[in-house]
Amino acid sequence: MIVSLYQMQKFLFDLNRDATVQQRFRTDLPGLLDGYELTAQERGALEARDIGLIYVLGANGQLLMHYAAFLGMPWADYLAAMRDGVTKHGPVRAGVYTMTTGTDEKVAGI
Amino acid sequence: MTLVFAGIGSHGPGITGRADMADPAVREPFYQAYRGMAERLAAARPDALIVVAAEHFANFFMNNMPAFAVGMADSYRGPIEDPQWLGIPRTEVPGDAALSQRLIREIMQSVDVAFSEEWKFDHGIMVPLNFLTPNYDLPVIPVNINCQGPPLTPLHRAWAFGAAVRRAADSVPQRIAVIGTGGISHWPATPDSGRINEAWDREFLNRWVHNDQQALLSYTDEETYRDAGQGGFEIRTFITIAAAAKGRGELLHYAPIPIFAVGCTVGVMNVAT
Repeated sequence: MIVSLYQMQKFLFDLNRDATVQQRFRTDLPGLLDGYELTAQERGALEARDIGLIYVLGANGQLLMHYAAFLGMPWADYLAAMRDGVTKHGPVRAGVYTMTTGTDEKVAGI
Repeated sequence: MTLVFAGIGSHGPGITGRADMADPAVREPFYQAYRGMAERLAAARPDALIVVAAEHFANFFMNNMPAFAVGMADSYRGPIEDPQWLGIPRTEVPGDAALSQRLIREIMQSVDVAFSEEWKFDHGIMVPLNFLTPNYDLPVIPVNINCQGPPLTPLHRAWAFGAAVRRAADSVPQRIAVIGTGGISHWPATPDSGRINEAWDREFLNRWVHNDQQALLSYTDEETYRDAGQGGFEIRTFITIAAAAKGRGELLHYAPIPIFAVGCTVGVMNVAT
């Protein structure tokens, strides 16, 4: 059951826009995550930088896209990570950024 | 003075960030159309540019999400995204706090808006500015309509907001330009990125060009989500421009460019009374 999707998204929101949060992400991620009420699964996904699972858990795609950019992921790898997440964990569980194409369908060629 | 310019344009981050992945034969005519819009904007000699954008959680989040927000600062910074990823260097963009305040006071006579004395621009504003005012020498007044975190701003309120923007622009001594930025149908930031419903886009743009208020406001969010993806919610920004300009639109460019994740659109609308 999703109980804290809001908190996971709030973490991504803070990270994407705040240089001090970004600095702490690099030096003390566990301590940074302590400030958010996350499920164990969400916390694990964030600690592992698991784009696929974060996507499936229902994070807003725009938050996730900026996060992937922050991590320096190439565009094709980011799209592949989301597809892999759906393959591994099943359909997106919340929100309006669900996948409508097949896992082997590459509409933009990548 | 009055509203002196109105236009619309796409803002997908791939437009600048993934430029090298696009076929130059489809990319360049789109860029050229955007530059053509820039020339028309300059010819209108605006004192300030209102950018009605659909932002993506650069400033506003579900802890306190306004249906409408207007910037009220003398300068802004952007992009918040990794500059290399977006293909646009970090920069300072001039604003005009006094003008913002005057416009906001008038807009508030008919539409409740939030105001913000700090605002970080994301691709929703930076990508259009990159083409329209690449030297960042025109004061910008940022506007956000909530197209991201449901419950979304109703379409008819976006229309009412556009009418209020027009009334406000006509009430100040400055020459005001306004643009709306967003996608039409698209499925951005999903594995479907690149999916575009061209028929739906062309139908929407036809309604926009004819400034058919009733047809523009007849979409339900359920229909839009089904046919045009969550990116289609950004039609609110184009609807606002139609309400503000009141004229007939001219489509300068439309072409689906999947690697840019959107049907790339540039349009202007004559300002009618």
